Amino acid sequence: MNTIPEINYLNHPKGIKSWLLTLDHKRIGVLYLVSILTAFLLGGIFAVMIRLELLTPGRDIMGPQTYNQIFTLHGAIMIFLFIIPGIPVALGNVVLPLMLGAKDVAFPRLNLASWYIYIVGALVALYAIFSGSVDTGWTFYTPYSTETGGAVVAMTLAVFILGFSSIFTGVNFVVTIHKLRAPGMTWFKMPLFIWSIYATAIIQIMATPVLGITLILLALERIVGIGIFDPAMGGDPVLFQHFFWFYSHPAVYIMILPAMGVISELIPVFSHKKIFGYRAIAYSSFGIAFISFLVWGHHMFISGQSQLASMIFSFLTFLVAIPSGVKVFNWTATLYKGSIWLQTPMLYAFSFLFLFTIGGLTGLFLGTLATDVHLTDTYFVVAHFHYVMMGGTVMAFLGGLHYWWPKMFGRMYSIKWSRIGTALIFLGFNVTFLTQFVLGTKGMPRRYYTYLDQYRPLNFYSSVGSWILALGFIITAIYLIHSLRKGKPAGNNPWGGLTLEWTTTSPPPTENFQTPPVLTHGPYDYDTADVKPTI
Amino acid sequence: MNHSQSRPAYLAHHFSDPAQQRDASKLGMWIFIMTEILLFGGLFLAYTVFRTLNPDMFYNAHKHLDLTLGTVNTIVLITSSVTMALAIRSTQVGKKKQTLIFLFSTLALAAVFLVIKYFEYSHKIHLGQLPGRFYTYTGIEGTNPHIFFSIYFTMTGLHAVHIIGGMVVITLMVVRTFKNHFSAEYYTPIELTGLYWHLVDLIWIYLFPLLYLVG
Ligand SMILES: [Cu+2]
Repeated sequence: MNTIPEINYLNHPKGIKSWLLTLDHKRIGVLYLVSILTAFLLGGIFAVMIRLELLTPGRDIMGPQTYNQIFTLHGAIMIFLFIIPGIPVALGNVVLPLMLGAKDVAFPRLNLASWYIYIVGALVALYAIFSGSVDTGWTFYTPYSTETGGAVVAMTLAVFILGFSSIFTGVNFVVTIHKLRAPGMTWFKMPLFIWSIYATAIIQIMATPVLGITLILLALERIVGIGIFDPAMGGDPVLFQHFFWFYSHPAVYIMILPAMGVISELIPVFSHKKIFGYRAIAYSSFGIAFISFLVWGHHMFISGQSQLASMIFSFLTFLVAIPSGVKVFNWTATLYKGSIWLQTPMLYAFSFLFLFTIGGLTGLFLGTLATDVHLTDTYFVVAHFHYVMMGGTVMAFLGGLHYWWPKMFGRMYSIKWSRIGTALIFLGFNVTFLTQFVLGTKGMPRRYYTYLDQYRPLNFYSSVGSWILALGFIITAIYLIHSLRKGKPAGNNPWGGLTLEWTTTSPPPTENFQTPPVLTHGPYDYDTADVKPTI
Repeated sequence: MNHSQSRPAYLAHHFSDPAQQRDASKLGMWIFIMTEILLFGGLFLAYTVFRTLNPDMFYNAHKHLDLTLGTVNTIVLITSSVTMALAIRSTQVGKKKQTLIFLFSTLALAAVFLVIKYFEYSHKIHLGQLPGRFYTYTGIEGTNPHIFFSIYFTMTGLHAVHIIGGMVVITLMVVRTFKNHFSAEYYTPIELTGLYWHLVDLIWIYLFPLLYLVG
């Protein structure tokens, strides 16, 4: 019979103050988890509103100006408050030191500071929403963003502040991985999740400052009219796009790399089999991080940049497919002849494999110059990045959440309800977005308030899909919250994992391990190590 | 595990020994410095783009910067880097009074830099040599002279913000030195402050020729 340890990081010390001033990475992870889920809820409500408005052409629930603001807020909140911090700050914060066998991250105070900075950034974003809102889309393209009304400066300030939070987390994780690994844990004995968090942190560190300076220049352009993005003053609006995408393309990998890390954990554990191609997966994370800095121009094929530049960017973009493909093939090879255990985290891992592959392959259509000219700014793009971001990152986030939930809170959620939730989310997602690929190829432009009558049926299906998705998320929220009090104790190692976080109690004590952990086997040595699930 | 013996007070609970803590802090600071370089990197890029587009204008406009004041400021900042390095050295050998003298000298030199910058700025504002929309001066030949001043003010302004940030941190170090937080064994924060200060200095070393010595 499993029990919950009497003293653990959740109940000791007690009191709201001990949480708000905590330096414990696990508590900070929980604070982050609550924060990003709140952002996800808000962004999700906006998403459902968008789909409601698009249920039929013309006005359904809001006017065009409001609609522009709602889709901007959906994008900005989901990207800057949920998916970019996402997996690293919530799951990474909790499990990264545990996986390394460390007592905490290298800089606990910086860790807490990054959460407060995140909250300040979120509050400034809220202020921007209520003091005039923003209708530029999350990309803030000039010259529109320097001329439209609303709270663009406040919103850029919010994103600027959030960037600091992201950089601090990145710095913290890199140093932790370098300096705080348990004795015996060499680089190639680290779990693959750590490798991907490391690659992510490098992008956070190297790309985010460029976003910072871009936002400073944008704010200056708006406030004092410095003119460098304004063609009337000898400036260049395309330069803004270069600046913006130099960050925002790598940022796409800030979003997806941690997700790939989660999948690299889930697949061997639930196949009970050594991961295939450990080193290839580890290196491919760095391959992706490296190439990600060289492809930003693929967002600008129709911006007027030179044909030669477009061709080079197109070619480099195809290169990203190689390390991504390396990962997908290695995961699939790991499944081969494994004893597959279809628990909820694994269902999400399969969803990821399926949806991410579609998202990745449709990316090739957009990286190809000839097809992209046709597809740019249509619903095909919307469907593509939702397949990668939601079908990829969100599925992996949910998989990771369900995987580490019993470690974080010591209790199991309802297996039956979690399967129903997963099925609804998978189904709802595909109904919502598969239709949008078709809409895009038929020429429906993105970001428009209304549409031609011929797009009516597919838009209707897409909106129905959003309701199925919403239902799936509501069910998930209910059983997860329910499990916090009523769930069965999960035991130290509910899934039979071999990484170090499963060797301590669930939930762990404040300093993570009762005795300093000793590494007796590699993270995926299912062929030699003997381990049994505790549920 | 017993933490009471042989663990100095400055050693955080999650590090096993002072060397590990020191290495971690230093690595963190170097990474942070990299982010600062990338932050300014964006401005260097903007500079390159607009200088390439308006080469004559950049040449004509740069003559309106005060080379003497710029040179003096360069010397002031380099000297402040020396005093900062000496402050670190003094902490390492446990000389508190010397440390304080050098930290105060660094602060004073930083203040001198800002005062000179203030005079430069107010002269430009007086003449209407201002960024973008606010540019009213008429004596510069070439295309889009306002862009030069947009870039000049953005670059030097962001740098000045970093000087002020550095002064805040150095003041903090003064307070901590007063309170005897540092010793010959433990001086990492002062060392890291020094790294940061050298970075701020180094950025100026690039800004100076780019802005004041065009052509
Ligand atoms: Cu991209």
